[in-house]
Amino acid sequence: MFLLRSLAVLCSALASLTIAVTALAADLQSLVTNLTAGSFGDRETAIGALATSGDARAAPILEALGAGQLYIRTSDKLVVIGKPSGNQVALTEAVSGKAAGTVAESELERVRVNNRLRGIIEAAVGSLTLMSPDARVRRGAADSLFKRPEPAALAPLDAAIAGEKDARVKQAFAEARAAVVLASDATVQQKIEAIGIVRDRGDREALSVLQGAANNAKEPEVKAAAVAAAETVRQTLAAWEAAQNVWYGISLGSVLLLAAIGLAITFGTMGVINMAHGEMVMLGAYTTFVVQEIIRTSAPHLFDTSLLIALPLAFLVAGGVGILIERGIIRFLYGRPLDTLLATWGLSLVLQQAVRSIFGSSNREVGAPSWMSGAFQVGQINVTYGRLWIVIFSLVVFAALILLLRKTSLGLYMRAVTQNRPMASAVGIRTPRVDALTFGLGSGIAGLAGVALSQIDNVSPNLGQGYIIDSFMVVVFGGVGNLFGTLIGALTLGVVNKFLEPYAGAVLGKILVLVFIILFIQRRPRGLFALKGRSVE
Amino acid sequence: MNLGTIMRTGLVAAGLLASAATGALAQGAPPIKVGILHSLSGTMAISETTLKDVMLMLIEEQNKKGGVLGRKLEAVVVDPASNWPLFAEKARELLQKDKVAAVFGCWTSVSRKSVLPVFEELNGILFYPVQYEGEESSRNVFYTGAAPNQQAIPAVDYLMANEKVQRWVLAGTDYVYPRTTNKILEAYLKSKGVAQEDILINYTPFGHSDWQSIVADIKKFGSAGKKTAVVSTINGDANVPFYKELGNQGIKAKDIPVVAFSVGEEELAGIDTKPLIGHLAAWNYFQSVKDPTNEAFIKTWQTFTKNPKRVTNDPMEAHVIGFNMWIEAVKKAGTTDSDAVIDAMIGVSVPNLTGGYSAMLPNHHITKPVLIGEIQGNGQFDVVSQTNGLVLGDEWSDYLPDSKDLISDWRKPMNCGNFNVATGKCGGKGK
Repeated sequence: MFLLRSLAVLCSALASLTIAVTALAADLQSLVTNLTAGSFGDRETAIGALATSGDARAAPILEALGAGQLYIRTSDKLVVIGKPSGNQVALTEAVSGKAAGTVAESELERVRVNNRLRGIIEAAVGSLTLMSPDARVRRGAADSLFKRPEPAALAPLDAAIAGEKDARVKQAFAEARAAVVLASDATVQQKIEAIGIVRDRGDREALSVLQGAANNAKEPEVKAAAVAAAETVRQTLAAWEAAQNVWYGISLGSVLLLAAIGLAITFGTMGVINMAHGEMVMLGAYTTFVVQEIIRTSAPHLFDTSLLIALPLAFLVAGGVGILIERGIIRFLYGRPLDTLLATWGLSLVLQQAVRSIFGSSNREVGAPSWMSGAFQVGQINVTYGRLWIVIFSLVVFAALILLLRKTSLGLYMRAVTQNRPMASAVGIRTPRVDALTFGLGSGIAGLAGVALSQIDNVSPNLGQGYIIDSFMVVVFGGVGNLFGTLIGALTLGVVNKFLEPYAGAVLGKILVLVFIILFIQRRPRGLFALKGRSVE
Repeated sequence: MNLGTIMRTGLVAAGLLASAATGALAQGAPPIKVGILHSLSGTMAISETTLKDVMLMLIEEQNKKGGVLGRKLEAVVVDPASNWPLFAEKARELLQKDKVAAVFGCWTSVSRKSVLPVFEELNGILFYPVQYEGEESSRNVFYTGAAPNQQAIPAVDYLMANEKVQRWVLAGTDYVYPRTTNKILEAYLKSKGVAQEDILINYTPFGHSDWQSIVADIKKFGSAGKKTAVVSTINGDANVPFYKELGNQGIKAKDIPVVAFSVGEEELAGIDTKPLIGHLAAWNYFQSVKDPTNEAFIKTWQTFTKNPKRVTNDPMEAHVIGFNMWIEAVKKAGTTDSDAVIDAMIGVSVPNLTGGYSAMLPNHHITKPVLIGEIQGNGQFDVVSQTNGLVLGDEWSDYLPDSKDLISDWRKPMNCGNFNVATGKCGGKGK
């Protein structure tokens, strides 16, 4: 250890004797070597030294270190930056930036970093990339400085603000500068001004900075100003929180809707108590997994469309299994609800164990395509793309189903058979075939739900079990046999659940919702929207 | 080839010869039965099936070495189907009908509690391989998983010292292990001077899948200007949506790190871990530990399961240690008789998979190193901290008023699982 460091010192000493350019390179060399040696504490010092060296190549090296892409080549101890290319790693020399071939990862030793170092690196890279030509990078730099204000960053920030033309970046710089001022030994006046700037930013990070200032400020005026500003920010955030809860509720409601909508057909309109409904959802999720697996191995460029490819397949797989179940088991049990319940429950166990035997009992990884990853801000509400697409998808499925039932001849037959079987039969509708198709449709929609749920839940044999109770709850609450009831029921339960959760906790919240439904069903046994007229037996 | 390898090769060769010799002997003697009580269906199958497989592998390997006491081992596998009363029934079946010499099994605390009276009544031996909440010590159970002081407390210490965490979210699934662990942690944090308002405790039901508002709450709790961390005792399946939501809402490990006690390599296999880099887990074993014993174990395991990507995890190591201890104790006792083996177990020391030795303590818990790992992009953990030396398993927590005076010592003459040092009597509070 000591030997290595003295060697590094010797290196830089030797290098300083030669011409300036090589001196700089050798200096960088020793700084980089320091990065890779010693304990995490030693590396912290090395990162600081590299960041303040003023070398343009420091930023990419530090970025690679933070991303876990800085390696030592085992054969010659060369420090390299590795980018994955296929199963191998493409190397560039860290110091010179020259390409250094491709090797397998086993021939490299990764330079380890921990959380603390990652934070320090981010702040260091932040102050190094303030002048980057890319506006997005500059904003990212400002954000990381805002989160981790270092007094040393004040001078580079001032320089960056002076040269900045983009108004939004300039604003971010000003906010970062304010956070830095609060963390430094500036005058009371400067600090109070800074508090104003941070307050106007008004988000969670701003609150965090203000709280920190309120906790740590030595001057009473600054403390008072920070406390007052934090209170203002907290009040605005509380108002946004209510809106955020509505969004979470809609999002949970859309998941419930997706899970329940298939059941609304098999249970709601056909009257089959289908305990294996959750397993249809699971089959849909596993179809997605298989599709992604095939795409990963044979056509990786199609990955972003994997869910679109999986949708029709999941519909066919789950729908096909549904038709088999109807033809094989359920058609012998019409009019015997208790037997149907037991048979389908047994069937659900069989399906679970079958999937467990084929795919194994552990969770399977279903990746998110790029258009479903990430989030954006609406005011102070954090909306994730994945959830947004699921809300849209559930509404589209719902609308398509309504159209199918109202506008197609199949829909007409279905309604006819479920409303008055003898009469439908008398006018020449082949009722057994319609039964099978209806059940297949309900199951197929459950399969579609599985594709969506694979994005937010475990793809495991138990996937369906978590949704079966909720689905029945939604259908019964909304009114058996009424699709709009299912829509309203799902959204209501979602929103109520999300409003209860912060106050009552998740466990008690769930219990309260259940109690609420029991009481509701006592008063209105047919649910929110009861079917009226002759179709009610 | 260095001296170590030469000696090891020599040992293997000697072992092979010995097995060839004893193999002939073993033909006549009836095999020793070993019970495996792990759920192969139902919710817990996801975790427990692996443990059944690792036991089958260990028994096969031991038989290749000629079994024990000149007799082969025979696995008796039963499926308690994640159904707690069924665990007790199946345990009774193993002990009474199959007359097994020892049982390796259970995962959840409730299943262990359910079989405990059966093992005590029929004087069986149970090896329990999972980290648990402590507050228990039975003469018939050997706890090879971590007690809270071998996992939870070192993890909290690490966060305090290295990440300077001042505010704590204790998030768990609503059942006995998280509730007890969080009670211990809360008492511990308070003893370290953490104020009540800096601790947020949150419980969720089993299999909770909608984490949006809870993650938002954590974010809110974390914006109080103090470094915040989440200590997660969230169980099994609920972890995947939890981590996905953390990633979605942009909570990075460097802002609010999450340290988990129930998330291992097996659980991470179902998630894209790129957004989770830097979140932590505390265990006594990680697959990524560089050690020849571990590498050999991983290789045997992947060959046995015919899957070169199959991962290993902490409870598997606990079974490896427990099984080897049992073999040693049977050899020492010269019989598989329960009483003799139980007495012989104490003090037995076998290699663990992280390059050290684990020993059975008089309280039926074992010594273990505590490792803190950070999640990497490839679903593995990087060890960032390791305790100096081994930590002794402490069954009765020193931080709970009900149990701080209790100790357990199954050696004669004390022979007591809950000796109260304050009153000097066996049979204090608790079981």
